[in-house]
Amino acid sequence: MNTEKIEQIRADFPILTEKIYNKQLIYFDNAATTQKPRCVVEKIEQGYYHLNANIHRGVHYLSQKATEAHEVARKSVAEFLGAGKQEEIIFTRGTTEAINLVAFSFGEAFCKAGDEVIVSVMEHHSNIVPWQMLCERKSMTLRVIPMNEKGELEMEAYKSLLNERTKIVSVTHVSNVLGTINPVREIIRLAHEKNIPVLVDGAQAVPHIKVNVIDLDADFYVFSGHKIYGPTGIGALYGKEKWLNAIPPYQGGGEMIATVTFEKTTYNELPFKFEAGTPDYIGSTAMAEALRYVQEIGIDEIAAYEHELTEYATHRLLEIENMRIIGTAREKSSVVSFLVGNIHPYDIGMLLDKLGIAVRTGHHCAQPLIDSLGIPGTVRASFAFYNTKEEIDIFIEALKRVAGMLS
Amino acid sequence: MTINEIQDEIIDEFSQFDDWMDKYALLIDLGNSLEPLEEKHKTPQNIIEGCQSRVWLNAEYNNGIITYQGESDAILVKGIVSLLIHVMSGHTPDEILNTELYFIDRIGLKEHLSPTRSNGLVAMVKQMKMYALAFKAKNN
Repeated sequence: MNTEKIEQIRADFPILTEKIYNKQLIYFDNAATTQKPRCVVEKIEQGYYHLNANIHRGVHYLSQKATEAHEVARKSVAEFLGAGKQEEIIFTRGTTEAINLVAFSFGEAFCKAGDEVIVSVMEHHSNIVPWQMLCERKSMTLRVIPMNEKGELEMEAYKSLLNERTKIVSVTHVSNVLGTINPVREIIRLAHEKNIPVLVDGAQAVPHIKVNVIDLDADFYVFSGHKIYGPTGIGALYGKEKWLNAIPPYQGGGEMIATVTFEKTTYNELPFKFEAGTPDYIGSTAMAEALRYVQEIGIDEIAAYEHELTEYATHRLLEIENMRIIGTAREKSSVVSFLVGNIHPYDIGMLLDKLGIAVRTGHHCAQPLIDSLGIPGTVRASFAFYNTKEEIDIFIEALKRVAGMLS
Repeated sequence: MTINEIQDEIIDEFSQFDDWMDKYALLIDLGNSLEPLEEKHKTPQNIIEGCQSRVWLNAEYNNGIITYQGESDAILVKGIVSLLIHVMSGHTPDEILNTELYFIDRIGLKEHLSPTRSNGLVAMVKQMKMYALAFKAKNN
């Protein structure tokens, strides 16, 4: 992408012109959440102004329009993920809810005492805690794939963890702390050799790299709308039809039923079986708009440009004395975590903030990973396609100043 | 000096700076000059875990006066710990319990004390008052 294109893209994101503490905002916290282009916000506005009626149940015009928009959004998500059928897409509040859904419903259907679940050491808490809850509920064991010093999963150790007690594997596609792109296709292939299904946490992957669930042969794939320029509170779960049909509903309520009597309720078909209550049809349509926006720019384009930014930032960070990059995997997405000498990440984050630069500090909701590295946390700069090399230059100068003050 | 006199003095000191970075430079100096907490006081009971940084707080009670010592692994937090100790230490439990801490807000560092910041400072202020309450109860 050339400068002109980036300028065009930046113009779509009004927040990027904000000033904070009288300084031009530089937003490098995209792995936490991304900013929203005008078209997404306009979709929300249009939704409430012109399309608002409860879906799937009204016979009237607006209800049908809203229903149609929600289902078109489902189709968009299915196409975006390369899923075969739109029934395989369940709308959720986000990645966290999607993982909780699978951990609960899959656990109910297939797990018993003594069984095992495999996650990796670099998981976000949202891909640890739901499985721990399942393990507690069913007296099961959580097994953890270790990583090497670069932040790459130890595949030999993974192979040795797979056994006849393993019921499911749940791993992140891209680490939110290290930026590592995990070999999920291989992880899935190895699990499938033993007929074990795999859930992939795609929250940090879908905004940055092309994902095709059929190509990966993922059994479940989950992501959040807000991390890919869509609204908060909406996300999706892709599940293979055979699994979604084989596991019970997660929540009960309206929409998810076929018939209800006080004696017995029968459940609706996919995908509605998993969508109890009024869904966020405004959110789903706005998320679909975000996916359209991203696809219009082109995921491959985005990946290439963000790779350039990440490489450039890493290269420039290494100019700084006592710089320690946390996560140096061969395959990395647009996240750079680092520490400078013994300076606490909180101090760096606070001072950069006062210079207008938003980064994330701390354990990034991946405490077991941070503990395993024996560090108090990291400073994390995460990039999106609206960021520029000029912003990275300003960030580096600011960081040099801040590190000077703190050391 | 009374607690409020100390608070006002700090407000004066910080008021000479308009630029954020100057305020923080002073805070860093304060953090660096805070006497390190003796290792024997760095016990699990004295740790206040924040989400981002941790704070240690120790309190001693002699002749009706509370003396606080503290430390943090983050230097900016340590600077604020130093200010809090400067304000609260050397006073009676009643004085401490009746204090309204307004200086943090007035010098523009309120954000460090917001509950969402989770750097251990909110819990530290609470803990300082808890000590005062406990020593007072013991006294009676």
